[in-house]
Amino acid sequence: MVDLAPACAPTAVDDTGESPRSRTGIIDFCRRQPLGTVGLMLVMVMAAAGLAADWIAPYSPTENDFAVMMEPPSWAHLMGTDAFGRDLFSRIVFGARTALIVGFSCAIIGGIAGLVLGVASAYFGGRIDLILQRVLDVVMAFPLIIMALAVIAIFGSGVYNVIVAITIPLIPRCARVVRSSALAIREVPYIDAARACGFGHTRIIIYHMVPNVLAPFLIMLTAFVGQAILAEASLSYLGLGVQEPTAAWGLMLQGGAEEYASTAPWIAVFPGLAIALTVFGFSLFGDALRDAIDPKLRDR
Amino acid sequence: MYRYIVNRVLLVIPTLIGAAALVFVLMRLIPGDICVVRLGSGGGNIDPRAVAACHAELGLDRPLILQFLDFIWGFFRLDFGISMWSGKPVAEEIAARLPISLEIAVLATVVAILIAIPLGTISALKQNSWIDHVVRTTAIAGIATPSFWLGIIAILVVLDLSHALFGAPWMPPIDYVPFWQDPLRNLSMAILPALTVGYRYAAVTMRMTRSAMLEVLREDYIRTARAKGLVERLIINRHALKNALLPVITLIGIEFAFLIGGLVVTEQVFNLNGVGRLFVLAVQNQDYTLTQALVMLTVAIFVFANLAVDLLYAWLDPRIRFG
Amino acid sequence: MIRKSGLAAAALGAALCAATVASAMSSDSPKHGGTLTYMIPADAPPSLDGHRETTYATVHAAAPFYSVLIRANPDNPSSPTDFVCDLCTEMPTPTDDGKTYTFQIRQGVKFHDGSPLTAADVAASWQEIIHPRDGVSSARESYFIMVDKVEAPDATTVVFRLKFATSAFLPSLADPFAWIYKKEILDKDPHWFEKNIMGSGPFKFAGYEIGQSIKGVRNPDYYHQGQPYLDGFVGIFAAKQAVRVDAIRADRAAMEFRGLPPSARDELVKELGDKISVQTSDWNCGNLVTPNHLRKPFDDVRVRRALALAIDSWHGAPALAKIATVHTVGGIVFPGSPLAASKEELQQLAGFWPDIGKSREEARRLLKEANAEGLKFELMNRNVDQPYKYVGTWLIDEWSKIGLKVTQRVLPTGPFFDALRHGTFDVTVDFNCEGVVNPLMDIGKFLPHSVFAENYGGYDDQKEVNLYQAILHETDFARQRAMIREFEKYVLDTQAHMLMTPWWNRIVPYRSYVKGWKISPSHYVNQDLGNVWLDQ
Repeated sequence: MVDLAPACAPTAVDDTGESPRSRTGIIDFCRRQPLGTVGLMLVMVMAAAGLAADWIAPYSPTENDFAVMMEPPSWAHLMGTDAFGRDLFSRIVFGARTALIVGFSCAIIGGIAGLVLGVASAYFGGRIDLILQRVLDVVMAFPLIIMALAVIAIFGSGVYNVIVAITIPLIPRCARVVRSSALAIREVPYIDAARACGFGHTRIIIYHMVPNVLAPFLIMLTAFVGQAILAEASLSYLGLGVQEPTAAWGLMLQGGAEEYASTAPWIAVFPGLAIALTVFGFSLFGDALRDAIDPKLRDR
Repeated sequence: MYRYIVNRVLLVIPTLIGAAALVFVLMRLIPGDICVVRLGSGGGNIDPRAVAACHAELGLDRPLILQFLDFIWGFFRLDFGISMWSGKPVAEEIAARLPISLEIAVLATVVAILIAIPLGTISALKQNSWIDHVVRTTAIAGIATPSFWLGIIAILVVLDLSHALFGAPWMPPIDYVPFWQDPLRNLSMAILPALTVGYRYAAVTMRMTRSAMLEVLREDYIRTARAKGLVERLIINRHALKNALLPVITLIGIEFAFLIGGLVVTEQVFNLNGVGRLFVLAVQNQDYTLTQALVMLTVAIFVFANLAVDLLYAWLDPRIRFG
Repeated sequence: MIRKSGLAAAALGAALCAATVASAMSSDSPKHGGTLTYMIPADAPPSLDGHRETTYATVHAAAPFYSVLIRANPDNPSSPTDFVCDLCTEMPTPTDDGKTYTFQIRQGVKFHDGSPLTAADVAASWQEIIHPRDGVSSARESYFIMVDKVEAPDATTVVFRLKFATSAFLPSLADPFAWIYKKEILDKDPHWFEKNIMGSGPFKFAGYEIGQSIKGVRNPDYYHQGQPYLDGFVGIFAAKQAVRVDAIRADRAAMEFRGLPPSARDELVKELGDKISVQTSDWNCGNLVTPNHLRKPFDDVRVRRALALAIDSWHGAPALAKIATVHTVGGIVFPGSPLAASKEELQQLAGFWPDIGKSREEARRLLKEANAEGLKFELMNRNVDQPYKYVGTWLIDEWSKIGLKVTQRVLPTGPFFDALRHGTFDVTVDFNCEGVVNPLMDIGKFLPHSVFAENYGGYDDQKEVNLYQAILHETDFARQRAMIREFEKYVLDTQAHMLMTPWWNRIVPYRSYVKGWKISPSHYVNQDLGNVWLDQ
C-alpha cells in the first residue's frame, strides 16, 4: 500500500509556497514600511498606557474635585480638568484601557465568529452556504444604530453590552471577506487530497483552510479594532455607550463636544486626539501589514 | 446569464423578509410602551384608560402574529402604515425628510469621487514616494476621526473664522429650503455635512483606488504596453484605470448604502431634518411602524445596491455572461 | 409669621425666586413688526393638542395660537400668585364658602376662522380637560379632582363648582396647556386638534413642516389691544444643544424658551457681550432620588436615611450650578413659594445638615447598624444630559464617600419609564416637573402609588396620605404651612421615602433685541408671545 501520509501531512502554506514569517523580519518591516512602524508605535504606546494606567495616572479617574473644575492644562494637570474637576490625563490613560478592551474584544470575538462562519460557509457550500449568506446579509444590512439601540435598551448600557452591540455587525463583514478567500482555496487540489485521505471536516478547516485566510483575516482584525473604537464613540455621542463615571474616550468626547467646545476645548480635544491617534495607528499598521504580506503589492 | 439574474433577484426576498422579522422582534423586545412615553414623558399623571385607548388605536392589543402579517402584507402593497408617534402616514413622514438626506448623500458621493479617484491614482503611480505617504496619511486620518467630532469642529471653525474675518459669526441655516426655492441657501446648508461625510467616503474610496491600481499596474498587459512604448498617460487612462475602477465602483455602491448609517450621526450634529435623525427618533420613541418602515428602506437600498453591483459583475465577467 | 396677604406673598415670592429680569424692559415702549425666530429644543411633538400632551414641545409650538381662561401675568410670570385674566373680564372672588367660581367671558372674541368665541366654548374645553369623554385622554385630570362641575349658564358666564374649597384651584386653572377649543369642532371630532390648529390667540397658524418648523402670523383681531407686536414667528425644532447655541451665536435664531446649561450661557456671553441678555430663574422642576422600597436593603429606613445623609447639597449645589442646570437647595416645596422651608428649617432634615462630616458619620453608623456597609447597587438614570446625568455622576461620588459602590444604569426614555413602572431598579433618579407653581398639587409626587400614580417608590404609608389630605383641605395659610413642614419632615427625614437634590435652574440667554418676554419658574408658562417685541 502506498504511504499517502506525507501528502496528507498538514502544513500551513500559502499559494506562493513560502511561509510568511520567514520573509519579513521586524527590522525589514520597519525599513520597508515606515508608516506602519509609526502605526505600531502608536498602538504600543496606547496599550502600554492602558495596561499601566494604575501606575501612570496621577489622580483617580472618577473622583470629583469641585475645587478645580474646568482648569486649562497646567503642570498640576497635564491635560487640564473636566467639568467635575477630574484630571483629564488620568481619564485619558484609563480610557485607553476601556478603548482597548472594547476594541480588542469586539475585534477578536467578531473576527473569530466571522472566521468560523465564513470558512464553514465556503467549505460546506450548497444550502448551508446559501442560508448562512442570507442570514449574514440581513445582519449586515441592518443599521448599526438600531441594533445598538435595541441591545442597549434591552440589556442596559455598560461595557459588556456595548461590546455585544458593536460586535454583531462586525461578524458578517468578516465572514464575507473570509468566505471569498476561502472559496478560492476550496478548489485547490490539496484540499481534495485531504478529503481523500479521509480527514474530518474540522481538521481540514482548521489545518488547511484557516491558515490560508489568516492574512486577510489579521488585516481585518486591525481594521476592526479601529472601527470598534469609533463605533463606541458614536454610540456615546448618541448617549448609548459606556456610562459615567467610567473613563471612556467616546464618553468624554460626547460631554466635551456638546457643551464645552468653546469655553474649555481641552475637554474635547484630548479624547478626540486619543481616539484619532489610536485608530490611526491601527489603520497604518494594518495597511503596512497588508502591503508586507500580500506579494502582489510589494515593490517591484 | 438569465438564470443567474433570476437567482440573484430571488435571493433578495428572503433577505428582506429576514430583515423584517428581525426588526419586528427587536423592537418588541425593547421594554417600554410608546403610549406611556407619549402620555407621560412630561412628568404628569398617566391615565390607564388613556393608555388602553392608545393601545387600541395603534393596534398594539392585537396578537403579535397578526401585527407581523399586517406589516409584511402592507410592505408588499407598499402601504407602510401610520406612524405611532404622530399619527401621520409613514410615507409622509419619510418623504418629508428624504430630500435633505439624499442631497447630502449625493453631494458626498460627488465630493468623494472627485477627490478620491485622482488622488488614489497618483498615490498608486508614485508608490512609496512622499506624495503617496501624504495622501495615505490624510486618507487614514479621515477614517480615524470620529465624524461627529469633525462636524462639530467644522461648525466651530466656520463660526470663529467668520467672526474673525467678517465681524459676525456665520453658521449654515438650520431650517431646510428645497434647492429650487433658494439654491444658495440650500447649498450652504448642505455643504458642510456633505464635506464631513464625504471626507470619510473619499478616504475609503481613495484607499481602494490605490490598491486596485497597484494590482492592475502589475499585470502583464501593462508591462507589455510599456514595453511596446505606449505613452504612460495613455496606459493609465485607457488600460489601467478602466480595469482598476471596477472594484472601486463596487465599493462606491456599497458605501453609498452604508451612508444612511453615517447620516444618523451627521444629521444630529448639523440639525438636519433627514432620514437618519428620524431613525433615531423612531427607535427612541418605540414607534414600531416608523422604525420598521425605515429599516426596510435601509435594507432595501443596501440589498438592491449589492444586487446592482453583482449584476454588473455578472455582465462584465464573460464566464457568467456567456456560460 | 407670614400673614395671608396677597401682596406680602407676591413680594416674598418675587424676592425668594432668583429671577434677574432686565429692568430696561418695562420702560421702553414696544415696537411693532418683525418675525421672531426661536428654537424648540425637541424633535417634533407627538401631537399639537395641549389637552392631551404634557411635553413642552407642544406648548412652545402651539401656545401662540390659542387663548386660555386665566394665566400667570405675562408681565410678572415669576410670581406664584399673580394670575390675570386672558379670556375672562376680571378675576372672581369665590362664593359659597370658596366652592364656586364665576367667570365673565369677554365679548367680541373671535376664533381665527371668524366665528365668535363664547362661554360655551370655554366650558366645553374645560369639560374635556376635567372630565374627558371615553376615548379622549386628558393629561391633567388629576389636577382637578376638586372640581365637581363646570357649566356655561349663558353665553358670557362660566361657572366652576368645586367639591371642597382649596387654594390649589386657581393655580391649576392657570394651566398653560388649557387651551380653549371651538365647541363645534370638539363635538364633531375631539381628536381634530391633535393635527390641526384652530384657536383665538395672538397668532394665526401659517404652516407646519414635520420635524422642521412651525410658523404663525399676526392675528389682527386679537382682543388684547395693540398685541401682538410681532408680525409673526418661526419655531424651529432643534434637539441638539450645540446646534441651538451656535444658532443663537450666529443669529439664525434669537433664543429658545426652555433653558440652557451654564456652559452655553458662558460661551454666548463671552462671544457676544451685550448682544446677549440672560434671564435666570429657579425652575419648578427637580430631580429626586427614589429608592425602591420593594428591594432589600432599601426597605430599611436606616439605609434610606444613610443615602440622604451622605449627600452634601450645600456645597454640591454651587459647584454643580457651574456645570449643570441646578442651583437652589430646597425641600419639597418650590423655593420661591411662601410655603417653602427656610434655610434654618431645612437644616433640621436629613440631607441638609450644615455639618457634612457629622452627617456622613451618622450615615456610616446607620449603614453599620443595618448591616449594609460597603453596599453595592445600581443607580438608574434617564438618558438626558442636563441635569440628569450630571446629578447622577455627582450622587455616585457622594455615596462613595460613605463607602457605597454605585454604578449607573442609563436608559432611554421608553425603557426608563418601563423600568420605573415595573419597579425593576434599585435606586433611581426621578423627576418632578410641574407647570404653574402649585405647591399643594406639586407635592403629590411624594404620595404613595395607591394615591398618586406617578410615584415609583413601591411603598404605602397611610399616615402620609392623611397628612396630605389635611393639608389640601386646610384654608388657613399659617396652619397649612406648619402642616407642610410636618409632611416634609416625615417624607424626607423620618421615613426618607425619597431624597431631594438641588432644584433646577432655568437659564435663558437670548438676543438682546428681544423684549417683553419674562422668565418664570415654568418653561410651559408665558409662551403665547403676545407681549414680545423686537427692538430692531
